[in-house]
Amino acid sequence: MVKLATAQPGVLVPDRPLLQVTDLTRHFDVSAPWLTRLVGGGKRQTLKAVDGVDFEIERGKTFSLVGESGCGKSTVARLIVGLYGPSRGRVEVDGVDLAGLKTRAEQAPLKRRVQMIFQDPFASLNPRWRVKDIIAEPIRTHKLLDSPAAVRARVGELLSQVKLTPADGDKYPHEFSGGQRQRISIARALASNPEFLVCDEPTSALDVSVQAQILNLMKDLQRRLGLTYLFISHNLAVIYHVSDRVGVMYLGRLVEVADAKKLFARPRHPYTRLLLDTIPDLEMTGRARIPVAGEVPNPINPPSGCAFHPRCAFANERCRVERPNLRIADGTLVACHAVEEGRLPEMALAVPAA
Amino acid sequence: MPEPLVTAPTPLLQVDHLKIEFPTRHGTLTAIDDISFSIAVGEVLGVVGESGAGKSLTGAAIIGLLEPPLRIAGGQILFDGKRIDNLPAEKMRRIRGKSIGAIFQDPLTSLNPLYTVGRQLTETIRTHLDMDERAARRRAVELLQEVGIPGAAQRLDAYPHQFSGGMRQRVVIALALAANPRLIIADEPTTALDVSIQAQIITLLKRLCRDHGMAVMLVTHDMGVIAETADRVAVMYAGRIAEIGPVREVIKHPKHPYTVGLMGSIPTIGHDLERLRQIDGAMPRLGGIPTGCAFNPRCSEVFDRCRRERPNLLPTGDTKAACWLYDAASEKRAVETAHG
Repeated sequence: MVKLATAQPGVLVPDRPLLQVTDLTRHFDVSAPWLTRLVGGGKRQTLKAVDGVDFEIERGKTFSLVGESGCGKSTVARLIVGLYGPSRGRVEVDGVDLAGLKTRAEQAPLKRRVQMIFQDPFASLNPRWRVKDIIAEPIRTHKLLDSPAAVRARVGELLSQVKLTPADGDKYPHEFSGGQRQRISIARALASNPEFLVCDEPTSALDVSVQAQILNLMKDLQRRLGLTYLFISHNLAVIYHVSDRVGVMYLGRLVEVADAKKLFARPRHPYTRLLLDTIPDLEMTGRARIPVAGEVPNPINPPSGCAFHPRCAFANERCRVERPNLRIADGTLVACHAVEEGRLPEMALAVPAA
Repeated sequence: MPEPLVTAPTPLLQVDHLKIEFPTRHGTLTAIDDISFSIAVGEVLGVVGESGAGKSLTGAAIIGLLEPPLRIAGGQILFDGKRIDNLPAEKMRRIRGKSIGAIFQDPLTSLNPLYTVGRQLTETIRTHLDMDERAARRRAVELLQEVGIPGAAQRLDAYPHQFSGGMRQRVVIALALAANPRLIIADEPTTALDVSIQAQIITLLKRLCRDHGMAVMLVTHDMGVIAETADRVAVMYAGRIAEIGPVREVIKHPKHPYTVGLMGSIPTIGHDLERLRQIDGAMPRLGGIPTGCAFNPRCSEVFDRCRRERPNLLPTGDTKAACWLYDAASEKRAVETAHG
């Protein structure tokens, strides 16, 4: 069993997705403290941050999760890298479930293969460490190189790979701009030779011109190193640019999963349509947009049935009672009764079809 | 060649050769260096630029909220034809809130968490308008209704934390509107909000401008927001205006190489590009602004004159760009015409 779990990286099983997420669920207990509940008579409260999510990512591809704050996309990222344990469901990287490995020693080979890039490059780098030590940490943790000289050479190589210079290794994080810090984060993530990178809003804190630099760098690295990405963002244009496949999340569940081109050319779920309609119109077509009323409801007490029904123009009685599951409709996965029943009109596309 | 005098009425706001400095241990740094622009009555001027380009500082200078040691070192700001940059603090306080309103990025920090929304509104109303408590309360309810808060009369006694992010930003807008200002400085009003809420707030701002004839200076780094909202846009780079003109022109036919690069670096849906156009390098820090044009080390069109002389805004058809490409006397132009 253990033998199988620590599957040799070299052994490629064809057709097996690199990442397979099955019924992934994470609940957080957000109840008031025990004594308060006892005195005040409050009930236990559970926040279903992620509630039964399924998707897979093929090797060398980019899968993106998009959604508004509180939809659970960052929780999915943290579950995949093992920062949280799932309440239910499985995360399998190359056929191995991290939660099934009990000791740190067993987990280490898998953790080496999966790395993460965080949103805020000001909070994710230790200000007291020199950049070369930040980047060398994964190398030392996983004992990938022995001699200090080899580590130094590798750190220099990593810095050049992200278009910084080896001399930058002697500086501290505060000496760099936001974009440069994000490059350092990428270099650190690459230090353990991972195959899979989880990128949680990697460019959201950056200016657009710097964002372009980072997105280009990430695409170059993907091509050169054969990396697989899980990319998380709320910016639909960025998602369109980087993704092969996209999952749209709303209140802890996937509402639509489709190939990127297809999703943007022909969005099916009413929430996806809402998101697409909110994109500011840079083409200056002067189209009148219909702002959708309402906000994301409180995830502690989500609406019954389809969580989107209070904001949906097409909701009927069934939507209020029965929760829709993802179903295939024309090669797209959609969780919507209206789509299933064929009572959803085609969307007047704001965006030119790709 | 004198400019045609078609803009006969005095602009509501006029900024002339504004310069903002601050002293440091290593000498005085210039954060805003000689910028001029105006905003007409009822006009929305967008100001875009990267972090550190000086867009927020310009807004802060107009409403008199520059934090020392930052100081206005030159130029003047005229509101309705009268200078406001040299007013004593008490006089400026009367203008701020009454004639010029402000909306900031984070609604949570612009509201006092200890007071109800209603109290903050009535206090603002009574400071600037001659109203008793009951009339002020009525006006507060009207304002909350105006910005689209459902159940306004009941929500008046709620505290800021009881509102969601989008609703809080609506309260902040209601506060800015309290005394019917003629100009609003909106500094990144939608940046902290989710995309669907952002669309609602943009629509609200546009409607309010139309209904009240209010002018807005909209500071943001999001070109999309500008495209949707503004009439004209000023693109800032390293403390200067690189290009200014009607939004459609600047977005569709940018003239300054920086604006061209900026527009190219924005990913767009429907455009399949393997790589985005990127401007290499980063905006210089205040201490290290190069001589000549501040953009010259990153510019693909750079020539000799750009490294020596600093360009001012030059007419380029419908927009103005601070770039020597648009000066007839530039050598590059001469070379090009010789080749053509």
